Amino acid sequence: MSDKSFKIGLTGLNAIDSPGPGVGVARCLKDADDLDIEIIGLAYETLEPGIYLHDLIKKSYQVPYPSAGTEQVFKRLSYIQSKEQLDLIIPNFDAELWNYIKLTPQLKEIGIRTFMPSLEQLDKINKLNLDEFARNNDLPSPSTKKFSSLDELEEFGREAEYPLVIKGKFYEAFIVYNIAQLAYYYNKLNAKWGLPVLVQEFVDGNEIVIAGLGDGNGNLIGAVPLRKLFITDKGKGWAGVVINDPQYLDLAEKINKLLAWKGGFEIELTRKDNGDVFLLEINPRFPAWIYTTAAAGQNMPLALVHMAMGMEQVPFQQYETGKMFVRYSWDHITDISEFQKISTLGEL
Amino acid sequence: MIKLKKNIALSESGFIFDPSTGDSYSVNQTGSEIIEYLKEGLSEDQITDKLKDTFDSDEEQLRKDLDDFLHHLRQLKMIENV
Repeated sequence: MSDKSFKIGLTGLNAIDSPGPGVGVARCLKDADDLDIEIIGLAYETLEPGIYLHDLIKKSYQVPYPSAGTEQVFKRLSYIQSKEQLDLIIPNFDAELWNYIKLTPQLKEIGIRTFMPSLEQLDKINKLNLDEFARNNDLPSPSTKKFSSLDELEEFGREAEYPLVIKGKFYEAFIVYNIAQLAYYYNKLNAKWGLPVLVQEFVDGNEIVIAGLGDGNGNLIGAVPLRKLFITDKGKGWAGVVINDPQYLDLAEKINKLLAWKGGFEIELTRKDNGDVFLLEINPRFPAWIYTTAAAGQNMPLALVHMAMGMEQVPFQQYETGKMFVRYSWDHITDISEFQKISTLGEL
Repeated sequence: MIKLKKNIALSESGFIFDPSTGDSYSVNQTGSEIIEYLKEGLSEDQITDKLKDTFDSDEEQLRKDLDDFLHHLRQLKMIENV
């Protein structure tokens, strides 16, 4: 029997073809030997698969989209708190972090802790600012330009060398091979995510990702690098293997120290055939494959809980190389009554 | 002297895993033996001698085949000349 029990709210339960990290984080927390953890799901959609997985997630509540604003989000979280007495919330979506960071003092007042970076830290690794962060800190990264006008983009596109990568302000990226494709995706990404649209040099190579956890004081609590072995047409890793190369751990250490990052993060890299490594993105949350880090010996979500709840957490010193994940789709069987509950009551 | 990259893992079935890159390959029995010899730090000449004990082939041919295999390993960045 564990001596401490906590109730923890998790978002990102959309375990779909572009999965959120919530289910992976839940699996990590359920592996805790030292704590008795009960998980409450916070879902945006009624069909987020995680909310139907009752072995992992005891009860779920629908919450307003981040665009509803902090007031609406807090109102709903206050109601949930009156029912559940949550100890901690771990947000797992990039787009919701702004609200949760803003709400940190209010959440604390009603008894909910968080363990997140500051808005300033978040801003530094924002897609729009990452290029500058990389240049200022001698981190090799593909050259990136921002465009807010189609004319300017086309002028650039006439002289540019292809392929290029065109990226939305928040999400999505496409490889383009000519000016027509460049203009097409500019309009598409502008319509979906707004301006500016980013155009990045294409770096061909293997995709390497590093899951990490910082304590907010510049100390790296954990870091596990993984090579993606299978990538879907949405660019999502569907299989990967834990690797061991000191340069990746050094990079995670350096980035974590520079940012004094608080919470989970994921560094995305490309390694060219000649061994050169380029920084592509830093995501301000754990990745969807986070359970692989627990399997490899670094249960980072659990370590985050320890730190958030004021318990001692020493940095992980090692992990097991060669641990793999192979993601699969599973038709989880439920009943219309479950769907009815979440659809009509906003609770399941 | 030829040096096999550090930490290369080789299974009994001839599956090679490079833990620093995540690359994996399969080799046949002879390939496995050569990699084991490289792990032991044997030189090209010593490996050729070992192969002579196994194969009924002239030394020149064995050396050519070994060179070819080592060339592949070099291309895959699994070995380096020291």
